[in-house]
Amino acid sequence: MSDTTQSGPVLAADGTPLKRSLARALRMQKLRALMLVAPLLLFILLTFILPIADMLFRSVENRIVADTLPKTVVALQGWDANSGEAPDEAVYAALAADLIVAVEAKTHTRLGTRLNYEMTGISSLFRKSGRKVKKWDIAEDAPFKEKFVKIDKDWADPEVWRTIQTYSPKYTNGYFLNSIDMQKGVDGAEARPENQQIYITLFQRTMFMSLVITFSCIVLGYPVAWILANLPARSANLLMILVLLPFWTSLLVRTSAWKVMLQQQGVINDVLVWLGLVADDARLVMINNQFGTIVAMTHILLPFMILPMYSVMQTINPSYLRAAKSLGATNWTAFWRVYFPQSVPGIGAGSILVFILAIGYYITPEIVGGTKGVFISNRIAYHISSSLNWGLAAALGAILLVVVLILYWAYDKIVGIDNVKLG
Amino acid sequence: MKLTKLTALAASTALCAPMAFAEMANEMTIVSWGGAYSNSQMKAYHEPYAAKTGVKIINDESSAEAVAKLRAMNEAGNVTWDVVDVVAADAMRLCDEGLALEIDADTQLAAAPDGTPASEDFGELLVSDCFIPQIVYSTTFGYRTDMVGDTPPDDICDVFDLEAYPGKRALEKRPINNMEWALLCDGVAKDEVYDVLETEAGQEQALAKLDTIKDSVIWWSAGADTPQLLADGEVVMGSTYNGRLFSVIEEQKQPVAMLWDAQVFDLDGWIIPAGLSPERQARALDYIMFATDTQRLADQAKFISYGPARASSAPLVGKHADLGIDMAPHMPTDPNNAKNTSLFNYEFWADYRDDIDAKFQAWLAK
Repeated sequence: MSDTTQSGPVLAADGTPLKRSLARALRMQKLRALMLVAPLLLFILLTFILPIADMLFRSVENRIVADTLPKTVVALQGWDANSGEAPDEAVYAALAADLIVAVEAKTHTRLGTRLNYEMTGISSLFRKSGRKVKKWDIAEDAPFKEKFVKIDKDWADPEVWRTIQTYSPKYTNGYFLNSIDMQKGVDGAEARPENQQIYITLFQRTMFMSLVITFSCIVLGYPVAWILANLPARSANLLMILVLLPFWTSLLVRTSAWKVMLQQQGVINDVLVWLGLVADDARLVMINNQFGTIVAMTHILLPFMILPMYSVMQTINPSYLRAAKSLGATNWTAFWRVYFPQSVPGIGAGSILVFILAIGYYITPEIVGGTKGVFISNRIAYHISSSLNWGLAAALGAILLVVVLILYWAYDKIVGIDNVKLG
Repeated sequence: MKLTKLTALAASTALCAPMAFAEMANEMTIVSWGGAYSNSQMKAYHEPYAAKTGVKIINDESSAEAVAKLRAMNEAGNVTWDVVDVVAADAMRLCDEGLALEIDADTQLAAAPDGTPASEDFGELLVSDCFIPQIVYSTTFGYRTDMVGDTPPDDICDVFDLEAYPGKRALEKRPINNMEWALLCDGVAKDEVYDVLETEAGQEQALAKLDTIKDSVIWWSAGADTPQLLADGEVVMGSTYNGRLFSVIEEQKQPVAMLWDAQVFDLDGWIIPAGLSPERQARALDYIMFATDTQRLADQAKFISYGPARASSAPLVGKHADLGIDMAPHMPTDPNNAKNTSLFNYEFWADYRDDIDAKFQAWLAK
């Protein structure tokens, strides 16, 4: 009787409320489970998530201007970029003070490189000025405006000052604007001159060609996977080795082999000329263009399509097909209505693999793509290793990442990600 | 700041220990371009240096990405390279970014045998405070002797003449050199090329000239491409580094000949990364002192047809080590070859590289 009237919480043996005691026990369990996966989580965090986040952060980070020229940035705040006149002496004095410090730390040339991405000529302007400023004394040598203009008349150019002012905030959307063929103008964002527009074209081309490559992988891979799944085990294994063989060969070797095959003095053209199908002076152009990239990349990515298709097809019971036929279906109907729908998860898995790999390829397009067959990744690689414009490379990479995520989301909505199987 | 501290430290350790030699690291990583070029350095520099000092030298073939990698190493605070072979333009960028050590030529490099200080011996080739020149190479053209008829090309503008020399050409997939050649062949005087190229209209003019042969160009990005394309007969002529053409002509005996007109000289040499520990830096400096002396630079020309960067080395250039042919006529600096030359314009391209490259790539993609 007394139990039912008690309104307090149910207690465990040691007197603590049962709910809390249970939660503690569960927390211990969860913690233990977490401890077990902690090494992996930590590994992924340190070697994958953090570097990527750090790299992506560079696409908006722009501390270098404010860090190198702190006084100048403050002094420039009062200057009107639209006035058409260079700023007054106060700004030049601040610049002199900043540069004397920067030259000591050798950071002025680094800033010059950064601003040269936005306005041609600033790199040498800073390098040249650094050599002179080194000998100046901030107290005795004032005023500085004339002195700077004497070093280089560009210091009187309002455009230089506008660039410094535009890029003085610690964060910028400049890299992102640049990667969609826009730039920061006097009145906000504006389109780049037409002769510098390239990234939108490259993004579109990357998407289009990756789709074509994925599609040709499906068309070529499907019959192979079907044969693999339906042959007796012994011959299937042999065929499987043929599919896997390219996997064990270096990517560069395979790509170079395509060069030998496809070039104008190459194997295919030689055979065609020998057969008389093609005139010697009208050999086919099959490389250094989109065709070359599509052929080489389809070949290289084909195993990624065949393997998931094969493992899905293996699970399809052949008696379904026989049953369909015995119920009067033609070969085509039996395949299309019964077999094909069951193999769709394999196609989905293969397509996602191939498409995402294709979108990030750059070695193969670089070697066989010529000018029309290169991808956005080639520009990203260029900005990472040659122009050193890592901010722009990060912005391009971020856009590519977002595009892939959007496509993945669309795929999930249309086909459903649950409907993807690797076997 | 960090740098001055390090050098101060290095100086103090050198003072404390009279045997400065003992303070040097006995292992070093040297970065270069790979291939025949690295081989020539191994024979001319690494092997004698290792024999003399017992240092273990590790070769790395990453020069093509040296600037990006050094920047990444510097940000990570762990520089693993001791001496790096880069082209002069990259050396200037590394110096600009504070990633390379500044070198005082007269105290840190060997004087010529006759006592001429290094700064005079290298002369104008010391284009950056951080750069120790090693060789002069040139970007020039080679052509297939069997595909040009009876009148072999002898003028840079023959590259743009599709009627006299039909067939494909190989050009580098970047604006540098191509823009200058295009302007030269479009009637711009040699000493005005950069004044014209500075302007928007001049860049348009150069691209318009390149447009006339655009459909007949295969664009290369690796130095080995053009030799391969020439050997396969894919192109009738193509630009590349003169040493690569030398090996196609003399070592592989292909029907290829040189078109030296309007060749562009460029420099390749060493830098020492900033931020090395005192022992490693001392070792790197000791190596540089040895490897860039007059005899060593002349020795390298036995293995590859690039001209030594020291004036005092030129008379010492002899025969090829394996082929036994005289190397002097194959040097880009030989008077017969150097009738019409120019030097890579470092200042101009440091400023205009990004701008013109954007336009050039947009033009290529069109």
